[in-house]
Amino acid sequence: MKVIYTDVLIVGGGLAGLRVATGVKERGHDAIVLSLVPPKRSHSAAAQGGMQASLANSKMGEGDNEDVHFSDTIKGSDWGADQLVVRMFTHCAPKAIRELAHWGVPWSRVQKGDRSAIINAQKVTISEKEEAHGLITARDFGGTKKWRTCYTSDGTGHSMLFAMANKARQEEVEIHERMEAMSIVHENGRCFGVIARNLMNGELVAYIAKTTTIATGGYGRIYSVSTNAVICQGTAHAMVLETGIGTLGNMEAIQFHPTAIVPVGILTTEGCRGDGGLLLDKDGYRFMPDYEPDKKELASRDVVSRRMTEHMRKGKGVKSRYGDHLWLDITILGRKHIEKNLREVKEICENFLGIDPAEEWIPVRPTQHYSMGGIRTKYTGESQTIKGLYSCGEAACWDMHGFNRLGGNSVSETVVSGMLVAEYISDFLDSKESDMEIHSAKVESFLQKEQDKIDKLLTNTNGEDAYVLRRRMEEIMMEKVGIFRNAKDLKEAVDELEGLYKRSKNIEVFRSKSRAANPALFNAYRTQKMIKVALTAAMGAYLREESRGAHSREDFPARDDKNWLKRTITSWPDENQTLPTVTYEEIEINSMELPPGFRGYGKDLTEHHPDTKTKVDKVEMLTKDMQEKGMSRFEIQDKLMPFIDKLPKKYQGINERFGENI
Amino acid sequence: MSMDEKSRLLKISILRFDPHDPEDFPHMETFEIREAHGMTLYVALNEIREHHDNSLKFDFVCRAGICGSCSMLVNGRPSLACRTLTSKYDEHITLAPLPLFELIGDLSVYTGKWMRGLNKRLESWIHDKEEELNVDKLEERMEPALADEIYELDRCVECGCCVAGCGTAQMNPYFVGAVGLNKIARYQLDPRDKRSDDDYYELIGNEDGVFGCMTLLGCEDVCPKDLPLQSKIAYLRRMMIKNTLK
Repeated sequence: MKVIYTDVLIVGGGLAGLRVATGVKERGHDAIVLSLVPPKRSHSAAAQGGMQASLANSKMGEGDNEDVHFSDTIKGSDWGADQLVVRMFTHCAPKAIRELAHWGVPWSRVQKGDRSAIINAQKVTISEKEEAHGLITARDFGGTKKWRTCYTSDGTGHSMLFAMANKARQEEVEIHERMEAMSIVHENGRCFGVIARNLMNGELVAYIAKTTTIATGGYGRIYSVSTNAVICQGTAHAMVLETGIGTLGNMEAIQFHPTAIVPVGILTTEGCRGDGGLLLDKDGYRFMPDYEPDKKELASRDVVSRRMTEHMRKGKGVKSRYGDHLWLDITILGRKHIEKNLREVKEICENFLGIDPAEEWIPVRPTQHYSMGGIRTKYTGESQTIKGLYSCGEAACWDMHGFNRLGGNSVSETVVSGMLVAEYISDFLDSKESDMEIHSAKVESFLQKEQDKIDKLLTNTNGEDAYVLRRRMEEIMMEKVGIFRNAKDLKEAVDELEGLYKRSKNIEVFRSKSRAANPALFNAYRTQKMIKVALTAAMGAYLREESRGAHSREDFPARDDKNWLKRTITSWPDENQTLPTVTYEEIEINSMELPPGFRGYGKDLTEHHPDTKTKVDKVEMLTKDMQEKGMSRFEIQDKLMPFIDKLPKKYQGINERFGENI
Repeated sequence: MSMDEKSRLLKISILRFDPHDPEDFPHMETFEIREAHGMTLYVALNEIREHHDNSLKFDFVCRAGICGSCSMLVNGRPSLACRTLTSKYDEHITLAPLPLFELIGDLSVYTGKWMRGLNKRLESWIHDKEEELNVDKLEERMEPALADEIYELDRCVECGCCVAGCGTAQMNPYFVGAVGLNKIARYQLDPRDKRSDDDYYELIGNEDGVFGCMTLLGCEDVCPKDLPLQSKIAYLRRMMIKNTLK
């Protein structure tokens, strides 16, 4: 048995995983990163538009701060997020971006003087202050009060990932590439590492570590069309379920991005609309102002995706051989702007659609994009149920996004959660608590179990074809667990997925029997895992009888705080179960800084919780009182919901920003 | 998948070899598939894997031309397969793995290992002389035009096409390739990196670096990101020569 020991094992080599690795290295701990692909090819690289951080450097960002970012994020989440976590996040986002600037990200900068921009289809002139010249600039994104999304053209994720990976290289973080985590080694509620499989030669390796962090991104590929990279399959989420004790949070909270190109589902950034692009229907008519007169194209993602779908249902979509779509018009931004700030979009249009977006409209439609749900953790990133197991980034549900994520908050979350979790892990490792003891026979039994599963897949006869099961699962998710959901479809989805799950136990790898780099083999075991994950999402959606953020039930159109202000928790305690176990975790109104309210889109249908009114009055009264006493925004915030002491010491400091605290 | 009568029958010939199979030897295998509207090699290869031969090995990650995983020889030319539309080619398309990199199997090559080695060798990270950063403070300023210029070079995705298209790299396995030279040009431009021209000379002022380039410029022809490799290599050469003369 090959065993590799380390202090910190990290599964996933994207932004979140690499940031954890770098952080623990700085604190003197050893780290190994397991990655399916070379880390620089991780899906983080595909983030285009930008990273939210309330720097307030640009003219249109003036007046921005942590408070505004906090309130935008909570509203965006439809009050599903953990407010403590969001506070920690908004406080640290400026620090994370400055750190990345220091490590080499060429953030776009403020150019003093006049520049022209397109806002609400009008050409306007924005005058940037001389004193702000050369500081990091920002663009507009959906659901934000201020221009807060910092960027490098539309290759932000790429630049961040390369800087991060280079930093990890400098810190000599060990990267074990093309290694796939297969199962979590655990005993008595403590995680001891993973069994991993080398995708080049098929060897199984036991990685034993004091802490294990899962940073594997989302599970978008359970849908047949997704903007996600092909490796975003959620198999690590299934691995957590397979411990029997690990839990996942809000798996039904799945985001659809308004503007992926048709038919292949490749993303065109929200920056297109942030910079002034418009959505048009088959008549070339700009329809969003009719639905959302205030925010128009820049309403929150879930809202825009629903409005687009509604509009297409009215027969206003453009017919194509791949179904209806709408148009994204960025021609009004002009060629110069597109070639500077929307270069990836331009390349994508040229290569995949054969069009020039400076001349022609882009065919788009809402497409699966982001997983708000994930491995349920405490604010420290540690699993609520397995000691020594951590998760961060899109893979996790710590829970920063609730039921809808704001554009620009995901890459921001990766680096912020990575820097925080690295500190919490290091603190744990520095304590006696991290000591561990596990028998080699126990480790061997976990490895043997994986070996047996692979043997069975390769030697099974008269079995099922993994591709057939997988394609059906993808279709079910597309058709029945999509943007608009209802009980009938969801029930059918759960039933049919359960049937697929049972069949998946009898998968056979046909013809291709190699134990080494065998794509048929990895498709087989990944399909088994993906169906499990699909079931958690479908079950969660079926049971949640309300509409919140991206989870929109036609049969329950109102957000129902009275009954549903809670997180869905799924687990799989018994491996013979064919459906996940679902429980709920209350979201306490009393501990909130920003009590539930109206997001400001469409009609307010909210069914309020009885405690909401009392809490709203209390917060208002307190705030007014403290303002009258002349207390600072920091002092007021601290009274409403203290969070600073939860942060690692090194990140507790007050942020300087242009025009504040300097 | 549309199967209308007019669509072409594609013949996709692939250079196959599984180094883990002692019985196997490099050979060409041809698959026939019906072309679909807007079909890319990503779609075509997945269709072959799913319906014709499930052992076919290739690498795709983002499938959007962003991550650089899927570089291979398409009719002999290094290209990103995911964004290669079959409609731009005759019905017979030949695919081979990217040369000069370790072969994993069929069209899958180990570019990651090569690139990590290169990054280590060139120390492609910001050298800031251990300046401790106070993350609470306002960020360092940078001229907007300079930030844009650095970004331009930062767009490299390490796909390896430039190495596969390079004459020198064919003969000298230690040559850093355009990918390496571009990195030096990028850091040299960046005021946050405190390395001197002497330091850069140490890294690339030799046959394995900028003086190994024969100016064939296959790199610039095949770079999927259209990086200004020609002008940057020329610039580095002038800089290096100036450095030796001083």
